Amino acid sequence: MTAPTSGSIPVLSEQDIVLCRQLVRKLTQELRFSLVDQTKMITAASELSRNTVTYGGGGVMRWQLLTEGTRNGLRLAFEDKGPGIADLALAMTDGWTSGKGLGLGLTGSKRLVSEFDIRSAPGEGTCVTIARWK
Amino acid sequence: MQRIPILRMGRVLLVTIQVDLQDQTALALQDDLSEMITRTGARGVLIDISALELVDSFIGRMLVGISGIARVLDAQAVVVGMQPAVAITLVELGLSLSGVRTALNVERGMALLVHDQQEGQA
Amino acid sequence: MREENAAIEALLATQYDQVLRDWLAEVASAGDRTGGRGGATTSTNEANELLMALRIGAKADGDLEKFDDPAWSGVRDALAVISRDRAAKGSTAGETNHFILSLKKPLFSGLQQQFAKDAARLVAMLWRISTLVDKMAQHTITTFQRSREDVIMRQQQELLELSTPVVKLWDSVLAVPMIGTLSSTRTQLVLESLLQRIVDTGSQLAIIDITGVPTVDTLVAQHLLKSVTAIRLMGADSIISGVRPQIAQTIVHLGIDLQGVTTKASLADALALAMKLVGYSVTRTAKA
Repeated sequence: MTAPTSGSIPVLSEQDIVLCRQLVRKLTQELRFSLVDQTKMITAASELSRNTVTYGGGGVMRWQLLTEGTRNGLRLAFEDKGPGIADLALAMTDGWTSGKGLGLGLTGSKRLVSEFDIRSAPGEGTCVTIARWK
Repeated sequence: MQRIPILRMGRVLLVTIQVDLQDQTALALQDDLSEMITRTGARGVLIDISALELVDSFIGRMLVGISGIARVLDAQAVVVGMQPAVAITLVELGLSLSGVRTALNVERGMALLVHDQQEGQA
Repeated sequence: MREENAAIEALLATQYDQVLRDWLAEVASAGDRTGGRGGATTSTNEANELLMALRIGAKADGDLEKFDDPAWSGVRDALAVISRDRAAKGSTAGETNHFILSLKKPLFSGLQQQFAKDAARLVAMLWRISTLVDKMAQHTITTFQRSREDVIMRQQQELLELSTPVVKLWDSVLAVPMIGTLSSTRTQLVLESLLQRIVDTGSQLAIIDITGVPTVDTLVAQHLLKSVTAIRLMGADSIISGVRPQIAQTIVHLGIDLQGVTTKASLADALALAMKLVGYSVTRTAKA
């Protein structure tokens, strides 16, 4: 009866990247994020879900509506059981501007959100969690 | 599979992207454009992204790619109509799409292409 | 038909006016001012609409457990009107909540009379009706909060437009002064404003005037560069004006690459250049 406040969708193929974007668009619209904030969140989701498909061998995107007093927000977690990232520090280096880094666009995505967390280790998969508050 | 149609207007190819682009659609577009530029001898490519609410790194790279390919094939590409929210997000993401020519809308983009072609012939 | 609904229907069929009066009295007793500011008539009208919708919903045998039941759509609509109206008038959430919850008392009294002889049934029905009114209050508050957010957003927008004026200096030339220290949020809001104006006016040039910015450090330079890049992505060009000698020194000192953006010391110089770039020339007519 009450609308769900969390859920998850599979992120296994290219088409799922589009579905991710559409879901995040829907969620951020319901949360009444400004247009720029919506665009930033959807773009971050697009980048991270693509990583999950391309490097993680597929996984899942978990979403959660957040409330803290009167503040509303959205948290997304991109999880995969892929090879994991050996050098997190390197991964968090700007890939495009410096030519170094792993080109995963992680630092870029980090700039688009308010909270960013990454957990990864070789053989243990990767989990990137992002959140944005209205 | 989604395929973006390419319109031919004289020596200019016009592409209007109106859908949520899948990665493979973007790649197909790049291929189709390269093929068409060669086949038709087009001198200009106008890419209208005024309906795109999202340009991520993949689509960004595609635009850079198309620009580069066009240049190699002796044509000029112009990307028009980027939405303000998209521009702000792209810049925050760290992409500047340097090397990609831009214009406010289709009209301005065409004017730019015509101007360039005239200059080239001068 | 569910017996609660039959009971509500029966109550409202016979004692509508009494229920309405008692409800409004209950509301007034807590000193509800806002309905009163619009005149007691507004409160009465609102209550009347809601009560009628409730009766229709009961007649349609709406499920009291499911507030999104189509039978209650009239009630939801009436509640939305009430909360939007009160949000606009500056009611508090508490007052609005109280307005809805006050309906319980007259409904309970009415039902007590009907079922005086059957305590067990009465208790069950009161419970279900109480739940329904609670849901109505919840619904009102949600809509109320959204309406308030809309009002606040609109006010913020107006405030923003006042504090970051994007000025059209000439045909196709916009200028925006950057004032004080640039915070990331502020820069973005200014940039949003500017980019939207570029679209709205079809301008080709944006002059960013930094006369009012006290110091340029790497952070400020980054913001400026981001702005310049965003403007370019939209198909327009920028000129940075108000670059004082000290600022110029800092820029060189910090090794900031302005990526080919022209800088000018004064806004006047920037405007002269801008006009030339968009194809205008200014001639001075000889004085007679």
